[in-house]
Amino acid sequence: MGYTLNFNLIWRHFDKLWGGLLLSLELAVISIAIGIVIGLVLAVWYVSAGRVVRGVIAAYVEFIRNVPLILLVYLVFYGLPTVIDVAYSAQTSFVATLALYSGAYLVEVFRSGLEAVPRGQIDAGKAIGLTPWQRLIHVRLPTMMRITLPALSNTFISLFKDTSVASVISVPELTYGAQWINFNTFRIVEVYLVVTAMYLVTGYALLFALRLVERWYRTAR
Amino acid sequence: MATSSSDSPALLDIAEVSKSFGSVEVLRSVSLKVAKGEVVTVIGPSGSGKTTLLRCVNFLESYDSGSIRIDGREVGFRDGGARQRRSEHDLAAMRAETGMVFQSFNLFPHLTAAGNIMLGLTKVRGKSKSEARAIAEHWLGRVGLAHKADSLPAELSGGQQQRVGIARAVAMEPKILLLDEITSALDPELVGEVLAVVRSLAEDGMTMVMVTHEMAFARDASSRIVFMADGGVSAVGPPKEVLAAETTNERLRSFLARFRASQF
Repeated sequence: MGYTLNFNLIWRHFDKLWGGLLLSLELAVISIAIGIVIGLVLAVWYVSAGRVVRGVIAAYVEFIRNVPLILLVYLVFYGLPTVIDVAYSAQTSFVATLALYSGAYLVEVFRSGLEAVPRGQIDAGKAIGLTPWQRLIHVRLPTMMRITLPALSNTFISLFKDTSVASVISVPELTYGAQWINFNTFRIVEVYLVVTAMYLVTGYALLFALRLVERWYRTAR
Repeated sequence: MATSSSDSPALLDIAEVSKSFGSVEVLRSVSLKVAKGEVVTVIGPSGSGKTTLLRCVNFLESYDSGSIRIDGREVGFRDGGARQRRSEHDLAAMRAETGMVFQSFNLFPHLTAAGNIMLGLTKVRGKSKSEARAIAEHWLGRVGLAHKADSLPAELSGGQQQRVGIARAVAMEPKILLLDEITSALDPELVGEVLAVVRSLAEDGMTMVMVTHEMAFARDASSRIVFMADGGVSAVGPPKEVLAAETTNERLRSFLARFRASQF
């Protein structure tokens, strides 16, 4: 084997990777922000709704969880515009897809969190005269947040990795940047080594930061 | 302590309340009147309906028939006999008139001791934050926890948590305080500090209905004792009468014998 590692070409195009990493983070942050709203609204709705609404929400969750993300990305980006008359960029399309995707997972996370709020705390809220809405805002959601924060962190980190799927519709995130460098320099080993390291380091940094947030939230007063 | 006469105007009027969980009848036509300033203790074997009765008074549990009135107002159902459940909004307003202290404390874990007390004051009573804080500090002082105002429940002992629980309930200035086995989850050495707080509230004239297994405390602090068995009121009267060794009530005698063996 006469292959010698040469990273020079990678460093020369490193702006592609750095810009890609920032875009990956941006995609993950926007998607989970929308996903949290979807998840919260549907979870709160689910636990207080009748069978029909529960069925519809459960169907959404099941559909998303059982279809590969890459297929969802194709469906929304290529499929939807042919059926209905809409036009959107690849990036918007991907954010919408990833938001719907994370929303489905977060419905489950938040729903089980809401159901895990101890009965006694809800009783205590009732006993001091809080209305159902006040109990939701001041008692159930804060307790649910504590219960679900670790799962929420994990969802975010896995979502960050899932942004690599956006490369299939040419969104210039990190994996796409890697492909671009590979196609233009043929330094396949070097570029994927560097990108792997970038995903790893960023993932661990996020995990560390989120664990700090969790600890702060547990002791915040 | 206030009068125990049953013809003084009742603050709490429980009339022929019955309730079933499925086929199990947990309350059988229970009637009980509590006058302002009275301390009524409910005793009885487990499963006799004591806690359920207490939870019906602030409508944490609904009941199948009968009525429960506080100051003449039906608690869980609309006035006017149609037996229509009150709206959640009305229920919340009614519940704000009673305070409840729970066996397992049930403090809000994300709020400090002061925060637990302030929540109802700001959201239900509409007080400003600073007003609520002052009231919270006053009551924390009363229960001997002024220095713990900014501690989270997880940083407090069981006895301290329960004293915050009492402060949270009384700070709302309820007409009646309901105490549901408030020392049952505590280590024996922490029971005294909690009962001391209850005693001082009784001396202030707070109307209380409490379920307890602390017989000595019931005897000393109550105006009347209610003995429940099988979902009904089996005996009621002043502590000396109800706890008398020579009672002819068979259920009561065997119940008391168990406690005498260990406590008296």
